[in-house]
Amino acid sequence: MQAAAPRLRVHRRRWGEGVVKGALALCALVSIATTIGIVAALLEPSLEFFREVSLVDFFSGTDWAPLFEPARFGVLPLIVGTLSVTFWAVVVAVPFGLGAAIYLSEYARPGVRKALKPALEVLAGVPTVVYGYFALVTFTPFLRSLGLDVQIFNAFSAGVVMGIMIIPTVASISEDAMNAVPQSLRDGAYALGSNKLEVSVRIVVPAAISGIVASFVLGISRAVGETMIALLAAGQLAQLTFVPFEPVETMTAFIAATGIGDVPTGSIEYKTIFAVGLTLFVMTLAMNLFAIRLVRKYREVYE
Amino acid sequence: MVMTAAERIPGVEVRHDAPSGPALREVVFDVEDLTVAYGGKSALSGVSLEVYKNFVTAFIGPSGCGKSTFIRCFNRMNDLIPSATVDGTILYHGEDLYGREVDPVEVRRLIGMVFQKPNPFPKSIFDNVAFGPRVLGLKDGLDDRVRHALEQAALWDEVKSRLKESALSLSGGQQQRLCIARALAVEPEVILMDEPASALDPISTTRIEDLMDELKREYTIVIVTHNMQQAARVADMTAFFSVEVDENRDARTGILVEYDVTSKIFTNPSDQRTEDYVTGRFG
Amino acid sequence: MSAAATTLVAAKPRGRVLGAVFMGYLLLSLAIGFALLLWLLVDIAATGLPYIDRALFLNDPSADPAIAGARPAILGTLYIGALLLVFTVPLGVGTAIYLEEYADKERWYNRLLELNIQNLAAVPSIVYGILGLAFLVRGLGLGRVLLAGAMILTLLVLPVVIIASREAIRAVSASIRQGAFALGATKWQVVWRQVLPAAAPGMATGSILALSRAIGETAPLLLVGALTYVAFNPSLLDQFTVLPIQIFQWTSRPQEEFKVLAAAAIIVLLAILLSLNAVAIWVRNRYQKRW
Repeated sequence: MQAAAPRLRVHRRRWGEGVVKGALALCALVSIATTIGIVAALLEPSLEFFREVSLVDFFSGTDWAPLFEPARFGVLPLIVGTLSVTFWAVVVAVPFGLGAAIYLSEYARPGVRKALKPALEVLAGVPTVVYGYFALVTFTPFLRSLGLDVQIFNAFSAGVVMGIMIIPTVASISEDAMNAVPQSLRDGAYALGSNKLEVSVRIVVPAAISGIVASFVLGISRAVGETMIALLAAGQLAQLTFVPFEPVETMTAFIAATGIGDVPTGSIEYKTIFAVGLTLFVMTLAMNLFAIRLVRKYREVYE
Repeated sequence: MVMTAAERIPGVEVRHDAPSGPALREVVFDVEDLTVAYGGKSALSGVSLEVYKNFVTAFIGPSGCGKSTFIRCFNRMNDLIPSATVDGTILYHGEDLYGREVDPVEVRRLIGMVFQKPNPFPKSIFDNVAFGPRVLGLKDGLDDRVRHALEQAALWDEVKSRLKESALSLSGGQQQRLCIARALAVEPEVILMDEPASALDPISTTRIEDLMDELKREYTIVIVTHNMQQAARVADMTAFFSVEVDENRDARTGILVEYDVTSKIFTNPSDQRTEDYVTGRFG
Repeated sequence: MSAAATTLVAAKPRGRVLGAVFMGYLLLSLAIGFALLLWLLVDIAATGLPYIDRALFLNDPSADPAIAGARPAILGTLYIGALLLVFTVPLGVGTAIYLEEYADKERWYNRLLELNIQNLAAVPSIVYGILGLAFLVRGLGLGRVLLAGAMILTLLVLPVVIIASREAIRAVSASIRQGAFALGATKWQVVWRQVLPAAAPGMATGSILALSRAIGETAPLLLVGALTYVAFNPSLLDQFTVLPIQIFQWTSRPQEEFKVLAAAAIIVLLAILLSLNAVAIWVRNRYQKRW
């Protein structure tokens, strides 16, 4: 019947739909542009820097004194400083983050868990400058009051406080991974007469290991990239030492301290910011991508 | 055959009042050799049938037979699944539903759908029914339109005093009738119902079935059901689908076994597989 | 007693001591963070509370701790917070909608986009500062102004807003989308009239929490030059400072009097963050279960 002639065709082109999709894709492009911008911003001055300072000198030199005459650009003291602070952060964040995750995932009742999780996140929500203040003004003097021979600026205080700050990062990613472990695995172990401790440690943790490792790697990445605590509490003295109670300068602290001063564009000091920044970016990028891969792996296995 | 299949199935009561035979009816959908695949795996293969105006047409069959996949072809809901491909033709009043010029959005405005689980929007009762007219730009006489749709869905008397309340405060059966009202409010020609009563209690189910009987005077209704008695009670035409298993390729594909007037399907099917299914020997 | 019955009672409680030790370790893991937080709060409150006064809110910073205040920093933080909301919410929600509703996940560029956002969320904040220094301050010649600071913090928290918004969108049931499509709604009508209203509380909560993270950031702003003497109220294209920077500056001074001021400023900053979090929780509870 032609009276009911179907009107299946478009009677007006839906231009709006295309425009909206385009606008949304543009929003998404901002993120891509950010990454490109970061890489471009770091690369260009870094390349110029490495035309003046050889890569070998940069990565094997044990002396960092860009403002001295003659200037020396060995980045090792900054890397060692970063690793030294990171080491103490990891010593705190890894065992306690994992312990908190096991408690939340395996031991806490649902109500307790629902209350504790966001409470733990508060730790990660405190601004880092506040932790920096605390490490410098409260924690280091406290260590001294215990009779320890601690310098005012030192890697240990900065690292420990940083580690506490990172506990929620490690705990929440590990806990996600443990939650993804199927209940049937636990039930199987209980049926064989295991107790809760054995199930947690021998079944759940190994089954969730890729997620747990990812949480450690992301925790390390955060410690390596953290600026304010290191800047305030670890100091700005680039020395090649692993002694925990000595001042060190991390890569982030160097970038911040140099960036604060109004260094002239194009000068060698200006370019060091980017060379060190590039080193930092590549280190954290490698860790982040590795962690993201691990997280995807456990998601694929269990979801 | 001494006994008809229906006499052997307790609870199945076949309608014998089927109006004038299909041959004289206007064809709404003409399906020709339809095949649907998800990500290269075919879910439904080689289906051909005609759907007639002002009839209730039921699709029955065991789970996995592709009947839900099939009904979603009529309003191009499968387009929303990126991996789905549809081959063959569906003519809607002689026009290719999957033609190049055809806009799936227009298709869905003419061919409404009600889903298995009631899915009211998290908005007020009024806003649920008014959603369709609003997106179509039909703003004049919205109140009357909403009221008319609710009346047609036999829900008006129950909700007229609480139109501003959340649709989620309604019972399951009421929610499903609200979803029917929502579909009616845009004045479609066809209403597709994908197991509309499967999540409802028996009393709500009866109400939905009565409603279908009412609505087919103005609309063409296509319904998927896993409940044979329901098909026997409400449908004029019934199509029986089955699963064909290809052991070599570990593939399962839905096929159309038999399509006929409902009484024929339930009392004197031509295919042994249909008989086995309606008598409960299989499925 | 029969032998069979005794087997149900372990001769010696296997692993009971070990279990207790383990439980102690787990509880310590949880408690240590809260203990430090408590210590920090008590310590800062004891030091800073007596110095929360009119001068702190009304005065400009000064070399004389007795009259130094944080007015430009407090106003700068509020100003930047408002700008951040204006910048990040449309960009973040827009990207989230694109990824959840429009992007074909099979395409390599959409997968790359997703990986890119996950990685950006973990890039050290100081690196964003370098980006700001190179492109906004020097490259564009914007100078060390508030707008540059707001833009860099926008990029910094954008991944967080995107990830939270995506979760909120994903929580909207697929049946609602199907119902709307079946009524002949276009894609954008489905998104605008159904998905966004349903996802809005989750998006708002996520955005506010991201905002509170940005407001506490210090490092990237050091590089775009917020560490400077500012004795005027903030405006878009002027030099600026914010509370975390002020805290940093006062903390790094050797005189004890400035450390006390830093503690007072920390209390103000934490109070702002706490109220933001309270708003986020309120929004979630108020709108989440409305229907």
